Amino acid sequence: MNLTLKIWRQAGPNDKGGLHTYQVADISADMSFLEMLDVLNEQLNEKGEEPVAFDSDCREGICGMCSLMINGEAHGPEVTTTCQLHMRSFKDGDTITIEPWRAEPFPVVKDLIVDRSAFDRIIQSGGFISANTGSAPEANSVPAPRDKAMRAFNVATCIGCGACVAACPNGSASLFVGAKITHLGELPQGQPERWSRVVDMVGQHDHEGFGGCTNIGECAAACPKEIPLDVISQLNKDLRTALKNGH
Amino acid sequence: MAVSGLLFIGFVLGHMYGNLKAFAGEESFNEYAHHLRVLGEPMLPYSGFLWIMRVGLILALIAHVASAVILARRAAKARPVKYAVKKNNGSSISSRTMRWGGVTLLVFIVWHLLNFTIVKINPSNGDTGGDNPYHLVVDTFDTWWMTVIYLLAMVALGLHLHHGTFSSLQTLGLTGSAVSRARARAAGWVVAIVVAGGFSLVPLFVLVGIIEK
Amino acid sequence: MAGSTLHDGLTPLNGPSEQKSDDARGYYTLGDKLVDPVAPTGPIKDRWTTRKFENRLVNPANRRKLDVIIVGTGLAGGAAAATLGEAGYNVKSFCYQDSPRRAHSIAAQGGINAAKNYKEDGDSTFRLFYDTVKGGDYRSRESNVYRLAEVSANIIDQCVAQGVPFAREYGGLLDNRSFGGVQVSRTFYARGQTGQQLLIGAYQAMERQVAAGTVESFTRHEMLELIVVDGKARGIIARDMVTGEIETHLADVVVLATGGYGNVFFLSTNAMGSNVTAAWRAHRKGAYMANPCYTQIHPTCIPVSGDHQSKLTLMSESLRNDGRIWVPKKKEDCEKDPRDIPEEDRDYYLERIYPSFGNLVPRDIASRQAKNMCDEGRGVGPLVGDFRRGVYLDLGDAIKRLGKDAIEEKYDNLLDMYERITGENPYEVPMRIYPAVHYVMGGLWVDYHLQSNIPGLFVSGEANFSDHGANRLGASALMQGLADGYFVLPNTIRDYLADGPFEKIDETHEAVVEARRSVEDRVQKFLSINGTRSADSYHKELGNIMWEYCGMERTEDGLRKAIDMIRELKADFWSNLKVLGSADTLNQSLEKAGRVADFIELGELMCIDALNRRESCGGHFRAESQTDDGEALRHDDEFAYVAAWEWGGDEGQPVLHKEDLIYTAIEMKQRSYK
Repeated sequence: MNLTLKIWRQAGPNDKGGLHTYQVADISADMSFLEMLDVLNEQLNEKGEEPVAFDSDCREGICGMCSLMINGEAHGPEVTTTCQLHMRSFKDGDTITIEPWRAEPFPVVKDLIVDRSAFDRIIQSGGFISANTGSAPEANSVPAPRDKAMRAFNVATCIGCGACVAACPNGSASLFVGAKITHLGELPQGQPERWSRVVDMVGQHDHEGFGGCTNIGECAAACPKEIPLDVISQLNKDLRTALKNGH
Repeated sequence: MAVSGLLFIGFVLGHMYGNLKAFAGEESFNEYAHHLRVLGEPMLPYSGFLWIMRVGLILALIAHVASAVILARRAAKARPVKYAVKKNNGSSISSRTMRWGGVTLLVFIVWHLLNFTIVKINPSNGDTGGDNPYHLVVDTFDTWWMTVIYLLAMVALGLHLHHGTFSSLQTLGLTGSAVSRARARAAGWVVAIVVAGGFSLVPLFVLVGIIEK
Repeated sequence: MAGSTLHDGLTPLNGPSEQKSDDARGYYTLGDKLVDPVAPTGPIKDRWTTRKFENRLVNPANRRKLDVIIVGTGLAGGAAAATLGEAGYNVKSFCYQDSPRRAHSIAAQGGINAAKNYKEDGDSTFRLFYDTVKGGDYRSRESNVYRLAEVSANIIDQCVAQGVPFAREYGGLLDNRSFGGVQVSRTFYARGQTGQQLLIGAYQAMERQVAAGTVESFTRHEMLELIVVDGKARGIIARDMVTGEIETHLADVVVLATGGYGNVFFLSTNAMGSNVTAAWRAHRKGAYMANPCYTQIHPTCIPVSGDHQSKLTLMSESLRNDGRIWVPKKKEDCEKDPRDIPEEDRDYYLERIYPSFGNLVPRDIASRQAKNMCDEGRGVGPLVGDFRRGVYLDLGDAIKRLGKDAIEEKYDNLLDMYERITGENPYEVPMRIYPAVHYVMGGLWVDYHLQSNIPGLFVSGEANFSDHGANRLGASALMQGLADGYFVLPNTIRDYLADGPFEKIDETHEAVVEARRSVEDRVQKFLSINGTRSADSYHKELGNIMWEYCGMERTEDGLRKAIDMIRELKADFWSNLKVLGSADTLNQSLEKAGRVADFIELGELMCIDALNRRESCGGHFRAESQTDDGEALRHDDEFAYVAAWEWGGDEGQPVLHKEDLIYTAIEMKQRSYK
């Protein structure tokens, strides 16, 4: 298939940037979206134009490195990551607009690459269980109810890609924070720090400049790991309980 | 935001109940309006209860609008560069129209107070005044464009309540499970339809002449 | 363990091997024998405990004066950074990704082994040790492997305490499954995302230390050179991949936890960015590279669909429990819709050749036989070039027997992923699979303390060679990464650091200046060649050579040919490469060029190592060394040694140092799966 691509090009964080139009031909339906961009880059390289910079690493949908707003949808039209999106989701003659994640706390580094270190700082603020190496008790000494462990797992599948922020009209990262709060809060090991964790993580979230949540639901729809909106409810509930108890 | 919103939901439900008294006739409606003013007497002075309500509502309104402004400003700051193309996949129209819908409702509230409480805008030129609320209602909605304004406002209110009900329950952390989330969503529908529908009945029935002086 | 005897580890059970063949003559020089200077002795079960006691301690007050550089943030690097940070050392952590959480450990699916014996099915430390040594075809060091099995149980405790959501039974206790052909259930798992959950655990522990101020995290940084001062590793030169700045980072000790080099094959299940540069730069600075030819090829990957392919995706081996593997008996059927090929025209070749193990033969056998079928012209799927690379894995019988629902419940995510990538519905059409490079057992040589032959340079996880011999068992990579990071390294590095803090050096030191200049020169060189080909195109070509001649089956002639081809490719690379953009911005072409340059040199060494090792063992199959019925044949008398290669200079030949593998707890045996 032949496609027209409108791609955001921006030389550096302080450049203005804009959409540029490119043509690619003979794209196979079996290619992944990023392989299609590889083809474009090989073309640009031959022509002596600098290739388009974009992030990707594992290319199997788990590392969370890839991003891209594709025709106005985070990770494109399927519920998966961009690296697992295949060209059979498009048709010959399509025009595809490709933009970076847009959020103040995710500044553009170059072209389609953004800086998501704000997520690391949110984790640093409390997204962990303090258990020094060697201090752990025997693993089976604390049983964890299976349904709670399952819920913890289901939300621990978050890959930290930032699609929730990209899709949210408010630029909020509540789904990301809620997923971590729920993951650790559902496990017995996560209880001792439960209340300080939520207060600290929400504080850092706001400090980074993410927007507030108005429960619109775009985040959960964009999440490639299908983290449900109820983690935000859990986040709110834990926050309320924590504040009530003076944390 | 959520708490003040829930107060408003309580208020509009009560308000709507009162409006429906119009179906019971002039006497019943006016008596209800009068009763609101003498409620709590002699502990409270005349209109005392109403003023407590008004102060409460004004405070809630301030809180509600202030939260909305803060959230909108945070959102604007969080995304200074807009997308060239952006699709909506997970959101309802109601959730996306909260801000402009809210502004619309704010304008409407001013209009509504001028119309019914302060009685500045009076389609029948003032002689029905505050002492016969029933006549005021009928005179107002006998005018087709007034009814249209009110019905449009009720659409805005319905949309606002549809998302607002769910959203406030979610913000308060009351939707932690799939079941409770479904219930909250359903509550959004029920409140929106009951309130917007209930409010719309009186103007519609006045317009078609079923409720009359 | 039928027929095997328990040995206490006090007496050698074999002598040193003596190599008679010399296939790689002319490509290398023979160096001195190599001995692990810190190899433990005594009863095997006491060795680690004794060593932990013997190793010196570092006073807590001194720890914050000691700088530790850790390159890589996967299980081995992330866990080490967290643990050393907790201990109070001053840690600097580096990764090329935008966050430590993205390291490729995250992609491991199956699980992590631990000798907990929760199922009371006869598992023990000794059995895990035995299985790992045997699985590695007796080419690993037994003391290291025993230690790995010993600390495996602690890993699970640690991870659970961190909040890793392992699968649990209804009673709330941890669940286990059996994995990779072993007969006990010792694998802990978190659905098909065990690697992700373990990595997030290590990442969170590390970020906690970042908040505590003991760990400083440098993301989007790539190590481009090792700084060696007076024979000791004292720091690294790294490039800030955003600004292009070449930075000098000095320390008392350097840890490389940089993963494997499977991407030398271009197509592999590794991440796009996985590379050998850090390890290779250390190798060029004197660190030995051990057994580089040991590559694990995983049999159940999604096949290549065309030349555009950038990576391969693994599907859990568990599919082989229910899927039957076949190819058409007749070549002319290969283009047909598989559903139209009648039962009698299908060749269930694994069941035919290995009646007792059938579709569950070990990874290397399943992989090699798939290649044999395709080489015979009976491969299926699309033509890639003029070759069909794929065999069928057919769930049809299992769906009939167990019902679609049961299969769906078992493999739901996996089958979804398959459909997303191939566009074919695996419930209706047999799946296509083909082997892909998945893991490398080779890596930088380390002693029992995980220290390389350069003092102060430690290597952990997949980047070192030590624990898996010639082949790695399923669910053991995660175990080794975390064992090294949480429990081994922190207990061995202190013995080295007890002599520190070492003499202060600064950026003006001659060796530092020289290291920095060499990096800057290299970067400029890439940008100034100004030829016509992209680094990616060289990488693809290298990958094809490696896959063809140094892949699942290796021959003397093929390897010689490959070495010549790689040398030509290298010459062309350095004269015809084209890298656009500049050095002082984010430049992915430039990053790629450096990685490909190192892969090319590594590829040559892998071929030389494979050429020298005229035996078949684990992931290394030499066509010249097989039994009459085509099975791998080891030559313990000649090759029971670790081949540690020393860099011989750009113009010189690599130098081979042999470390004899002497077993004291397990006797070497030929494996058989017939």
